[in-house]
Amino acid sequence: MRAISVVAATAALGLVAACGSEAPGPQAQNDDGRGPITFVSTKFDAEATQILVADWNAAHPEEKVTSVLLPESADEGRRKLIQNAQTKSDGMDVVVLDAVWTAEFAANRWVDELPEAGLDIPAFLPPAVETGKYRGKLYAMPFLTGTGLLYYRKDLVEKPPTTWAEMKAACEKALAKEKGMGCYAGQYDKYEGLTVNFAEAVQSAGGSLLDGSGKPSLTDGKAKEALTFLVDGFADGLIPKEAITYKEEEGRNAFERGKFLFYRNWAYMYEQSNKTDGPSQVAGKFDVAPLPGLDGPGSGTLGGNNMAVSSYSKHKQTARDFIAYMTGAEQEKKFAMSNSSPLARTALYEDPELIEKYPYLPALKDGILAAKPRPQAVKYGDVTAAVQESVYGAITGTRTVDEALTGLQGTLGDLIK
Amino acid sequence: MSGAANRRRGPRERAGQSRLAALMLSPTLVVLALVVLYPLLSAVRESFYTSGETLDADGFVVEGERFAGLANYSGVLGERFVNALANTTLFTVATVSIEVVLGVLMALVMHRAFRGRGFLRASILIPWAVPTAVSGLMWRWIFQADGVANTIIGQQILWTTEGVQAKIAVIVADTWKTAPFVGLLVLAGLQIIAGEVYEAARVDGASAWQTFWRITLPLVRPALLVAVLFRMMDALRVFDLPYVLIGPRKHSVETLSALIWDEATRVHYGPASAYGTMLFLYIALIAFVFVKLLGADLLADVRTRRRVAS
Repeated sequence: MRAISVVAATAALGLVAACGSEAPGPQAQNDDGRGPITFVSTKFDAEATQILVADWNAAHPEEKVTSVLLPESADEGRRKLIQNAQTKSDGMDVVVLDAVWTAEFAANRWVDELPEAGLDIPAFLPPAVETGKYRGKLYAMPFLTGTGLLYYRKDLVEKPPTTWAEMKAACEKALAKEKGMGCYAGQYDKYEGLTVNFAEAVQSAGGSLLDGSGKPSLTDGKAKEALTFLVDGFADGLIPKEAITYKEEEGRNAFERGKFLFYRNWAYMYEQSNKTDGPSQVAGKFDVAPLPGLDGPGSGTLGGNNMAVSSYSKHKQTARDFIAYMTGAEQEKKFAMSNSSPLARTALYEDPELIEKYPYLPALKDGILAAKPRPQAVKYGDVTAAVQESVYGAITGTRTVDEALTGLQGTLGDLIK
Repeated sequence: MSGAANRRRGPRERAGQSRLAALMLSPTLVVLALVVLYPLLSAVRESFYTSGETLDADGFVVEGERFAGLANYSGVLGERFVNALANTTLFTVATVSIEVVLGVLMALVMHRAFRGRGFLRASILIPWAVPTAVSGLMWRWIFQADGVANTIIGQQILWTTEGVQAKIAVIVADTWKTAPFVGLLVLAGLQIIAGEVYEAARVDGASAWQTFWRITLPLVRPALLVAVLFRMMDALRVFDLPYVLIGPRKHSVETLSALIWDEATRVHYGPASAYGTMLFLYIALIAFVFVKLLGADLLADVRTRRRVAS
């Protein structure tokens, strides 16, 4: 308790020194330790996770797992994990890492490399596995995955568009009759969602933020096509002006009130917007498809939660066994039956029972297979901040598309060396 | 323990007494050193070091920290720090002045005797009781594109985007929340003004306006100054409201605390500590100037009372 109040007092002073930055030491010992462990996961899938943890605990009385939940906000969660690593605490054994944190945690030696033996890697969607790797080595085992989907009003659009031009045409046709309705929206507030939407646009135009060798590639013309699509979209009213304030939920609320024809969001929305007992006015009137692109189907970015073993764990063997257990075929099916968050195992997307429960699975699988991870950078926080800065500037009109992209090319070049 | 009292006692007795005083104060000093001085010094030290900035050939972060001299302070002259400093100052000046006016008005209303006064007092204080993050979310909801604010004014303003409108949104929400605090402190000040003074004013035929300017305001001034000092210290390190209401890293509303938070989240502890030290110095300077200029008679007042007592 006293430690907590000292930390609180320090935080209250607004000074960050107490976080310290002592170098992590060697950590080879305890590699085959067994015993009770702590599993740190996120809130929204807590119930389904708990079912699996209870089963494990019944079978492993000597290696009981205690679940701890991270704060809801991803930033806060990441800070908790970093704090734990910097104090070299053994209070966390298995940690759930967001797909974009892998490089930072691996490069700082906060999590251990995972031996692939016993993890059944080939049974998982390859792009999801990619998000758990740093410099070709696996550090985090894919658990949940996901990518952006195009939600469209099936009552107003005959078939989902595969290109941006088709989407525009569909809007012109349908909106002539629907007064006050907008065409398309994604998430454009200045936060992680903006990086996601921009990266998706660039990939859907056939480019990528970083090229094969990890160097920024924003001046090759593809990124320009992508950013122009967004900037013109706002200027022409294709994307409604309010979309500049949207995060996932603001946009979902608007889509549910019939504000636009197409909306880009993650899979979680499918179940919520189809609820007939809530505020949704579009239940049963929409469907999902993979994202459209410039010359053909687009490409989403990968979200996801992966599981890793903390370098400061004292019972690493148990931790690795637990990860193998949680990502086992039987457990993932059980998880999927009680929670709609999409999992990383390929077989689940062909399971008839699950497809009946979640009809969007085939579209989502196509989406994930076409998706790419966001830049895997050790300083991902700096990278995403720089992307948001430039893109937000361009879509709010404070800088031109060219200024934004050349500026970003330079900043990213300095950050990724 | 006043100086006047000490002068009348012998030197030996005085020495013994101050030893006892030091002894009795020492636990407080130890606690203060632990929770105030240590983090402060540690932050100042941290601001001269850098760590985790380079990768080795295998892609691992090079361990250990390195003395960086004043490198972390280079950002202090940068556009972002200056902008944050300007925002912090603007919010402080704007919110504190509006809150003083509204707070005094609230106190005057709360001070009146009328039916339902208890209810009114309680309801004026509600905003102050709501946690800032919660009120931030509430105002975010009010200020969203299709929110109540836009419906009332019949315009389509995107409050939470970059621009003057974001600053206005923050000032409105902050005023709503903390004006009652000023009101509460001023009310306490009003309650100790003796009724005779007002009676005398009435007998002399003073108008309501004259009574307020010549009697109420001067007599309530010590309480008001304390309220202003507290509010200024609070406003200078504001973080939660702009963060929740408008969002992180938006230049129009980025305050110094928000900038420090952002650097710290991106694991740049060096620059974060450097900015933290600067913010500390800024707040200390403002507090010092304030007490020197305006607070002088506040302390003087206490001193006279002591002198009278001894």
